[in-house]
Amino acid sequence: MFSRAYRAAITLPPLLWVAAFLLIPYALLFCYSFWSVSPEQAIVHSWNLDNYRELFRVNVYLQTLFRSMWIAARVTIFALLLGYPLAYFLSFHAGKRKDLLYQLVIIPLWVSYLVRAYAWKTILGSDGVLNTLLQYVHLTKHPLEFLLYSPFAVVLTLTHIYTPFTFLPIYASLEHIPRNLVEASHDLGASPFQTFWRVIFPLSIPGVLAGATFAFVLSLGDFLAPLLLGGPSGIMISNIVVSLFGAAYNWPLGAAISLCMLVLVIGLLFLSENLEKKWSFR
Amino acid sequence: MATSTESAITNAARPGAEPLLTIRNIAKSFGRNAVLRDISLQVAEGEFLTILGESGSGKTTLLRIIAGFENADSGEIWMGGERLDPLPPYRRRVNTVFQHYALFPHLTVEDNVGYGLRVAKRPKQEIASRVEQALAMVKMTDYARSKPAKISGGQQQRIALARALVNRPRLLLLDEPLSALDANLRRQMQVELKSLQREVGISFVFVTHDQEEAMVMSDRIALLRMGELEQVASPREIYSRPATAYTAQFIGHTNLLHAEVKDGIARCHSLSWRTGFRDGPALFSLRPENIRLAGATAAHDVIRFRAKVRHQAFHGATELLQIECADGLLLSIRTASRENRQGDLDLEFSASDAVPVRESPERN
Amino acid sequence: MSAGSRAARESRWLPWHAIAVFAFLYLPIVTLIVYSFNGQGVGGFPPRNLTLDWYRMLFADDAIWASVLNSLLVALVAVAIALVFGIPAALALDRANFPGKAAFRRLVLLPLILPGIITGLSLLMLFRQTDVKLSLVTIVLGHGTALISVATTEVFAGLQKLDRAQEEASLDLGANYWQTFWRVTIPNLRLSIIGAALLIFTLSMDEIAVSFFLIGRDNTLPLEIWGRLRRGITPEINAISSIIFVFSLVAIVTWYRLRVGAEGQPEIAAELLET
Repeated sequence: MFSRAYRAAITLPPLLWVAAFLLIPYALLFCYSFWSVSPEQAIVHSWNLDNYRELFRVNVYLQTLFRSMWIAARVTIFALLLGYPLAYFLSFHAGKRKDLLYQLVIIPLWVSYLVRAYAWKTILGSDGVLNTLLQYVHLTKHPLEFLLYSPFAVVLTLTHIYTPFTFLPIYASLEHIPRNLVEASHDLGASPFQTFWRVIFPLSIPGVLAGATFAFVLSLGDFLAPLLLGGPSGIMISNIVVSLFGAAYNWPLGAAISLCMLVLVIGLLFLSENLEKKWSFR
Repeated sequence: MATSTESAITNAARPGAEPLLTIRNIAKSFGRNAVLRDISLQVAEGEFLTILGESGSGKTTLLRIIAGFENADSGEIWMGGERLDPLPPYRRRVNTVFQHYALFPHLTVEDNVGYGLRVAKRPKQEIASRVEQALAMVKMTDYARSKPAKISGGQQQRIALARALVNRPRLLLLDEPLSALDANLRRQMQVELKSLQREVGISFVFVTHDQEEAMVMSDRIALLRMGELEQVASPREIYSRPATAYTAQFIGHTNLLHAEVKDGIARCHSLSWRTGFRDGPALFSLRPENIRLAGATAAHDVIRFRAKVRHQAFHGATELLQIECADGLLLSIRTASRENRQGDLDLEFSASDAVPVRESPERN
Repeated sequence: MSAGSRAARESRWLPWHAIAVFAFLYLPIVTLIVYSFNGQGVGGFPPRNLTLDWYRMLFADDAIWASVLNSLLVALVAVAIALVFGIPAALALDRANFPGKAAFRRLVLLPLILPGIITGLSLLMLFRQTDVKLSLVTIVLGHGTALISVATTEVFAGLQKLDRAQEEASLDLGANYWQTFWRVTIPNLRLSIIGAALLIFTLSMDEIAVSFFLIGRDNTLPLEIWGRLRRGITPEINAISSIIFVFSLVAIVTWYRLRVGAEGQPEIAAELLET
């Protein structure tokens, strides 16, 4: 029913825009990763693999990448441990308060990411709210120093930020489970736990995968929380990239690290998409 | 008469009437699935034509091609000397009543009805008066300012009709417009729709899967099966002279008799009757109501036989009996209802009621 | 819904877990707001010397308000860009076939699922290669492009609910494609569009990872806050954050009301049709 002119009018403008401001930039990232910097700090457009060699030669890059993945993995696990039972509770046991509670999970998303990270800093600092509270009730005599400027602070903050993100797809997949399946399972003699484990959980796996991927990918690339709360031991891979693009001024090496991250992330997205398909029975 | 099955199906409009719409050799496939194959059909000025078919027969696709929502792969459509098929929907003087009405939920009833006039940039006063007339015509004046969601299904249907007719189309297309209504309202709307059509004198092309609806309303019925026209004829003609086995079975009940013709006599099991059909195997349709309880005197060319009642299905005024002839042939007959029928019945039918029909081959 | 006694055991700890998660989610927000009134600064328990000084200081702080203004401007233009390209993109994904359609859909979605740093850096390289000076304009281009995905997904979801017959009816009644777009398509999608606009607006107001690399002389609010965090923190930041939080809350409630109101109608209609 749509004429060729109509289809052209809706297709071409977004296509051109996205090509100019997404496709070309991502392609440039790719190109940069094969270029190098001259001693005079000019970009040399000669194609070579030096950046990638450097990346595998210098331990700190891979170490930091692994640390980032470990931090992201912990964030993902905690976000699932917090988000899944919450989603299950809301979907199956919250009754009339369901919509209100749902909104309550969403609201923190509307508070700036930066502001929430900042709030944790004011809580965890050596003269922050938590430490002064502990001293106030005489639980501790001296401020606990490990709270701030540590991987712990980074994991805590990122978990706080990505729990609602993890919750959302899980909740959506739980809501899509027809309730008569649960009734059928009970009718066939399954206990609530058996029903959960054999019916509800398998059907919610696509949501779990989506939520977990989200939490892992977004926390893997984070650089603000580590800068704000991580201290030297909480440095993540993106922080290295930021410094390579800033003071260290080695854009090509930064681009190479970014590209590795990009490949890793896209691989994960691809994997998760395929697993989601495998586990979705619609 | 005997040659009626031999002659080509004539899909021309009623003789003497001017053809308004001419469909020539239309074909359409979706991927590898051929939905319409070589459809040719004419619609006369002022005619009520029904395109009848099961789901998947291609009837809605044909309608959408006439409206302009789909493009045919080949073929032409002409309306009053103008070629229609290259034109976009909004350039065709054809309007549609959609299956679920497709009323705009964000507009009031009167804005829905006035939509076509407004986009055509008619003067305000003209729009107001024509909308008012159209609403009066479908008796919905009181609901002018309601939103579509606030009125009932039957009322929505009237508004959809008014919204289409207010533009004075030359042809109105109706895509199963009554399918969403309950049985009573549906019968009432059939009558109303038919009288409205006579009143406005516009040609209607009505799509339905309901053969009763088609019989009640149409001047002619075009029966579509798997993308091909099976038969195009008036309701009476299509009922009493079905051209194919499929037509005979789809429209009403029938008994299909596989007979062997030799020297002007058709034989099927122990039954035999005179026919003008050529020698060889032949298929005949014999309507259940054309098999009667035998009368006292045998008229000319009446075939009499005896059969046992196997099953009796009560339908109110009439009943449908399953009977079995001595040689095992099973037939359905329709008679006036009576208490228990048991044992053997003496039955008869006229040779002229056994209508030769073509086989309807499987297609895919 | 489940047999009460059998479900009792699992539903006993679930509410407590939920309460704990909510406490965790709201602890920083509550702290933030409470300490915006704390005379002693951002830490220290219990809060004491409650005061409005930080708000007074905030209202006199020109740099903050300049950055708020910049952020509003950036967000508004970003909404415009994202809608102008995102709505057609959704239409194209719904009803046009073109080579690379699947790749296009994935590409549009990428900035939303990729860590912001990758998109930010890539755009930085683009602007450097083309000698474009970094400014609010480059930030707007970044936000607008990255958030097209929001408009596209929201509007695409709306299109799935839109009955194609609506547009056919409009064409059938003589409206051309342009008229149909404005008179039928857009009004039918208005909830999705408003929703997308609100979401894009807030995301842009809050965005920092992409802006971080594209910033010129003028700061957006998150970058202004970022700059101050590095210099030492005062409850002024709590104050501005609290104000923004309240504004966001009003926006959500408005949006929620709007949506419930609009979606209430067809449901009532469906009930009417059934009876």
